[in-house]
Amino acid sequence: MTPNQRAQLRFRRNKPATISLFFLAAVILLVVFWPWIAPYSWETISDAQFQPPSWKHWFGTDVHGRDLLTRVFFGARVSLLVGVVGAGVAFVIGVTWGAVSGYVGGRLDGLMMRFVDVLYSLPSIIFVIVLLTTLKDGATKWLTLTVGAKAAAHAPMLLLFAGLGAVSWLTMARIVRGQVLALRHRAFVDASRSLGASHARIIWRHILPNVWGIVIVYLTLTVPSVILYESFLSYLGLGIQPPMASWGSLVAEGAGQLNPIRIYWWLLVFPSVMLVTTLLALNFLGDGLRDAFDPKGQS
Amino acid sequence: MFFLKRLLFLIPLLLVISFLAFVLMRLAPGGPFDSERAPASPEIERAIRAKYRLDEPLLTQYGHYLADLSRGDLGLSTKYRNHTVNDIIVSALPVSLTLGGLAFFFALVLGIPWGVVMAVQRGRWGDYFWGLLSLLAACIPALVLGPLLVLSLAVKAGWFPVALWESPLHVVLPTLTLGLLFAGKVARLVRESMTTTLQSEFITAARAKGLSESAILINHALRLALLPVISFSAPMLADLLTGSFVVETIFQIPGLGVFFINSSLNRDYPLLMGLVLLYAAMLLLLNLVADILLAKLDPRVKYE
Repeated sequence: MTPNQRAQLRFRRNKPATISLFFLAAVILLVVFWPWIAPYSWETISDAQFQPPSWKHWFGTDVHGRDLLTRVFFGARVSLLVGVVGAGVAFVIGVTWGAVSGYVGGRLDGLMMRFVDVLYSLPSIIFVIVLLTTLKDGATKWLTLTVGAKAAAHAPMLLLFAGLGAVSWLTMARIVRGQVLALRHRAFVDASRSLGASHARIIWRHILPNVWGIVIVYLTLTVPSVILYESFLSYLGLGIQPPMASWGSLVAEGAGQLNPIRIYWWLLVFPSVMLVTTLLALNFLGDGLRDAFDPKGQS
Repeated sequence: MFFLKRLLFLIPLLLVISFLAFVLMRLAPGGPFDSERAPASPEIERAIRAKYRLDEPLLTQYGHYLADLSRGDLGLSTKYRNHTVNDIIVSALPVSLTLGGLAFFFALVLGIPWGVVMAVQRGRWGDYFWGLLSLLAACIPALVLGPLLVLSLAVKAGWFPVALWESPLHVVLPTLTLGLLFAGKVARLVRESMTTTLQSEFITAARAKGLSESAILINHALRLALLPVISFSAPMLADLLTGSFVVETIFQIPGLGVFFINSSLNRDYPLLMGLVLLYAAMLLLLNLVADILLAKLDPRVKYE
């Protein structure tokens, strides 16, 4: 059995991780095909305000009489997409950056890591907030000129994706660099080098295979953390703007309706449950993958 | 020596950060006074702009800013009139630090024993139960936990106040909201490093020597297992400080977070600059302290 087959087998034996994988696949399918199966339109305002959950509206309705079920799955689109974009950036930039920095070492390593330090020391959320507010007008104008007014309407969202992507690769770079640094002087790397292997070969064949496990684990952990960041910004009113929705903005709407006289619990509970279950599933998946890839694990 | 060099390196680093932040904020379209009524006359507008030095070239503005900064003066807020940035920071920083510090303490005090229990029970029923709980704790963001706690314990049960920052009772829900996620994370971190440590050879040696299980756990394993917690502490404190934005918003706590959000929405440059520099300096120092602690405690860590 190859190590990958062994990892697959171990992963399939891990019940929480497999269930999470199916759950996430189901959520993604629902979200992708939601425009065709949604019972209501996500932005149609009706007179049925603050309806508690019923057979007609499974998740109830909000302050404008919009169906919450429709909005939760519509909002999932932004929340999930932002996670995927963040993970993609973390993978491409983070791994390359960390591997080069750790392998070359010396002055270049210092320079590259100080750069990461600088970005790290800018509180990432503030960095994103500053980017969002300062570049919004400019980005809208630029998109109107180059692509058209329709794309320009999405400028704040695209900026949100870019900003969150820009901060999502830093941890990955550090982790990969640390791993590579530790592996660089191991005996098997020295052996390969003394046999005349090129740097590229050493990195690809000897160092990165030892890093993939932790990279995959951190990728599955980057997705929830970027989703969290997005919900954080949208909760504060700095991310997705109404009438668009994401899980964060939906929770914020629910929290905004908290009052001691009438309790509209469904506005708070349903988006929260979706957000937390998704985060939980992603973490189970990450754990399962780590155990599966662990070379010390039992087969 | 190494650390002194790193400490001195912080100064140019902060300068670079301040320059980038300054340029980014000033180049953006829209000024701090855009949202207000048009001033009575062009002279008044000119006077206001001169007062905040918005009429000078960018680099001259930055030069003046640095000169003031070297005297510890962060300038005047453009939104909160008649308040200096120093005033605002002095009044709001203690609140945010108290909240962040309490949540940090809570996360460690709850998270470390939690992780040890899981590691000791590894593979048994207790491990799965506490493991599931710790994962759940690490997955409930403050923006979900806060409103749910307010709904259940404050609005419905009435045990705690709904908002504000006055008596010790007011502190409970915000600390819980901010700290629980990190307690879960710390617990998982400790479980992980503790299990690896417990499998290492020197633990077997200690067992063979006949040491009691508790002595092995506390004197040998925990000391080593806590090292990742120390390296995690610096980014965790940073997350706690910025994480308090949401908590301060939910509970209407007069900390730095509210000023941060408002200053970026109002383009209150001096305040935003001051806060960015404050956070950057704090995070850089925290990282340095974590590195120093790690080098002191872990003989395997060497700095060239």
